[in-house]
Order: sequence, then C-alpha cells, then structure tokens
Amino acid sequence: MIAHVGRSAVAGIKAVGRFGQFVSDMVRALSDVATWGRLTPVQMRRVGVDSLPVALFIAAFTGVVLALQASYTFTGTVPLYFVGTLVGKTMMLELGPVLAGLALAGRVGASMAAELGTMRVTEQVDALETLAYDPQSYLVVPRVLAGTAMFPVIVALAILTGILTGWLASLLLLDLSTQEFIKGLKLFYRFKDTWFGLFKSATFGFTITLVGCIVGLGTRGGAEGVGRSTMQAVVYSAVLLLMLDAFWAMVLLR
Amino acid sequence: MIQFQDLHKAFDGKQVLTGFTLDVKDGETLVIIGYSGSGKSVALKHVVGLLHPDAGDVTVDGRAVSTLDRPSLAALRREIGFVFQFAALFDSLNVADNVRLGLERRGLPADEIAERVREALALVDLTGTDDRYPAELSGGMRKRVGIARAIALRPRYMLYDEPTTGLDPVTSAVMDRLMVRTREHLGVTGVVVTHDMRSAYTVGDRIAMLYEGRVRQVGTVEEIRQTEDPVVRQFIEGRPS
Repeated sequence: MIAHVGRSAVAGIKAVGRFGQFVSDMVRALSDVATWGRLTPVQMRRVGVDSLPVALFIAAFTGVVLALQASYTFTGTVPLYFVGTLVGKTMMLELGPVLAGLALAGRVGASMAAELGTMRVTEQVDALETLAYDPQSYLVVPRVLAGTAMFPVIVALAILTGILTGWLASLLLLDLSTQEFIKGLKLFYRFKDTWFGLFKSATFGFTITLVGCIVGLGTRGGAEGVGRSTMQAVVYSAVLLLMLDAFWAMVLLR
Repeated sequence: MIQFQDLHKAFDGKQVLTGFTLDVKDGETLVIIGYSGSGKSVALKHVVGLLHPDAGDVTVDGRAVSTLDRPSLAALRREIGFVFQFAALFDSLNVADNVRLGLERRGLPADEIAERVREALALVDLTGTDDRYPAELSGGMRKRVGIARAIALRPRYMLYDEPTTGLDPVTSAVMDRLMVRTREHLGVTGVVVTHDMRSAYTVGDRIAMLYEGRVRQVGTVEEIRQTEDPVVRQFIEGRPS
C-alpha cells in the first residue's frame, strides 16, 4: 500500500517535471521563427476552417434550445423579452466557449495526439531531429499558436450562430418580435461578456492543443499506444477545460 | 571518426548496452550485426543524440555527443545522414518535399535545393517520383527515398538502421548496391546495423558482432567468415541453438 502510494507520488512528480520541461522547451522554440512562422498558417487553417462546421452545428441547435427553454421557464412570470438576455448571456459567457471547446477537444486535440503519436512511433519525430529540426518549433509551436489564435475566432462565430438561431426560434416559435429579442439581448449586456468568453476560449485553445502535443509526442508502443494517446488527449483536455472554466469564473466574474 | 566508448544503456531496468566499445575509422563502412533486440539500433541512435547514455559516450571527431548543447548537436546532425529502419518518411509530404526538408533547414538557395533533390533521387533510381506520397510507394522505394533524403545533405557519415529488413532478396540486393554506390560517390564513412549476413558481407569493410550488450568480435569480412568464436559462428551460419 505504502509502496503503491510512493510509486504514484513519484510518477506524479515526474509527470509534472516532464510537463514543465515540455513547456520550457516550447517557449525556447519560439525563437525559431523561421520554422514555425511558415507552418503556423497551415495549422490555423486546419484548426480553424476544418473545425468550424462542428462548432457552428452545435451552437445552432444550442441557440434554439436555449430560446425554447427560456420561454418555458419564464412563461407567466418574467417578460418574454428576457429570452434574448438569456440566449445572449449564456452563449457569450458559457455555452459558446465551453460547448465549442469540448467539441474541439475531441476534434482537434484527438487528431493532434493521433497525428503526433503516429509520427512518434514511426520514427518521423526522430527523423526530424536528425535533419536538425527541433520538433518543438516544427510540430508543437505552430499547433499551439494556431489553437490559441483560432479558438476565439471559432467561438465568436459559434456565439453569433447561437444568438442568430435563438432569435430565429423566438421569432418563429415564440411569437417574440425582433425588437423585443434585441431589447432583451442589450438589457444587461456588458463588453466584458464578449471579451470574457473569447479570452476563455483562447485559453481553451492553448490547453487543448498543448495537451494534444504533449500526449501525442509521449506516445509509446505502436498502434495501441496511438489509440491510448488519442483517448487520453480527449479526456485530459475535457477535464482541464472544465477546470479552467471554473477557474476563470472565480477569477474574473466575482 | 566515430567512437563508441564504454556505452551503457538500460530501458525500464533492462540492461541493453553494457560497455559497448567500438571505433569506426574514417572512410570505412562498418557493419554491426547481432540478434534482434541486442541493442544495435540503440547504439546507432546514440551517435546522433536521439538517445542519451546512462554511462560512457559516443564521440564523433572528438565531440562527445551527450555533452553537446543544442546548437552543437544540430551542427553535428548536419554532418550525419540517418536512414531509418522503416524509412520514417513524412506522410504529409511528397517524395521531393521529403528530400527537400533537410536542405531547407540548411538555408540553401532554391535552385541548389532543386538540383540536389534531382541528383539524390537519380542516385537511388527514383527519378520521376517527385509528386508521389509515401503511402503510394513500396517498402523498398520508401527506403530508397530515405537514403535520398540523407545523401542529399552530402553528409560525412551515413548511418543505416536495418536497411534491408522486410525486403525481398532482390530489393535487398538493390539496397546493398545503393549503399556501396553512395559510399563510392560521396566517400562517406558508414555504419550499417543489420542481421542480414549477405548484406553485411556485401557492404562492409569490417563487421562487429554485438552480443549481450558489448562487442563480441570485430574484424574484416574475411576474419568474420573464418571466425572460430562459437557465438559468432552460430549467428553468421543462422544455426538455432
């Protein structure tokens, strides 16, 4: 029992040490602009354009459901234009960033872990090193920068889509006028609502891509190892994303 | 000159190299033979700093690899071409881009890069495959692209990790011929890790057998053929114990 606890503690300390070393190597690799500079736009396109349909799809249905649930909750007690308030606030502050983040943890984090894991077990990462490339500047920095830069863009579009579908649902299904919906939308709006959600999504993008890279490059043991890494990347990203979500709420919304 | 000096390496408590000592002279091709899992590839990866020794070191022209800082290690790697067991080509790049990648890192002008890519692919008889992707190539072709990627850099040293493993006898012979041709064209010092004795006899000037983590015997091709060491004899004759 004691030995087990000891081994777990040592493994935990080692993992923290490896994480610290990885992040420090990544920061050092930022000076190699010539390498990551030309690869980052490619990753931005992959992270951004390729992920957009999933994020917008989720946001579109979320907007409709939010409007209908708000109406169901408010009926008879709260003026119906508060539907606009609830749809706007919820999409901007929480559901836009978090739902898109969770979806992209599966879409982006898993694909990065699988890609880098395959490169690791087929010695492509070793080959990069023998060609005098630093895997951090060639593989990690472009992906993490792309994730950090593109997640807010994706989330912004997701928020807009959610609000748009919420408005359409209010208009078509709730007999709420556009003026009333916009009145509700503007009622408690603060600029912080916008930047909070986008800032949070940038940290989600950073975390999801960093986890994908760390787990992917740490892959051992062939196809089974790649499968394990892919699963781990999704689980770790999702857990960290939810913890970050609570952290930013505590730090920035109190 | 590459010198393996009392190299020790263990993985998860399992000792793989236990005092591996061997000199590779300038201009020669030295073949390291040994059973699967005996640590041949592990030894080779120490030369380019892909693995770090638990004790001992590898020196290349007097530079102790494990003590080099990042820029010095990158400079050393620019002098060494490494051909991986399964080629390790980049899936997302076509043949020409795979060969081009290392050249771009050296900051060469575009026309020189194009010329070197053309030359390297011609040397491995793969002219006209520029636009094909690794998934569209046979195992032998992939290994030849791996060689082209290494020789395009015009290295001083070539390291081959199991270059004929998984190939049919004819393609293996093609690979052997290619390794000899590379040496003749570029005058490189080579280290070949293999358990294919036909290949070892064809490409090697000297052969060293790695056994239980250290060198069991090293000698010219003829000396190895005539060896009386029972372990080496059993291996080169492929006799089960």
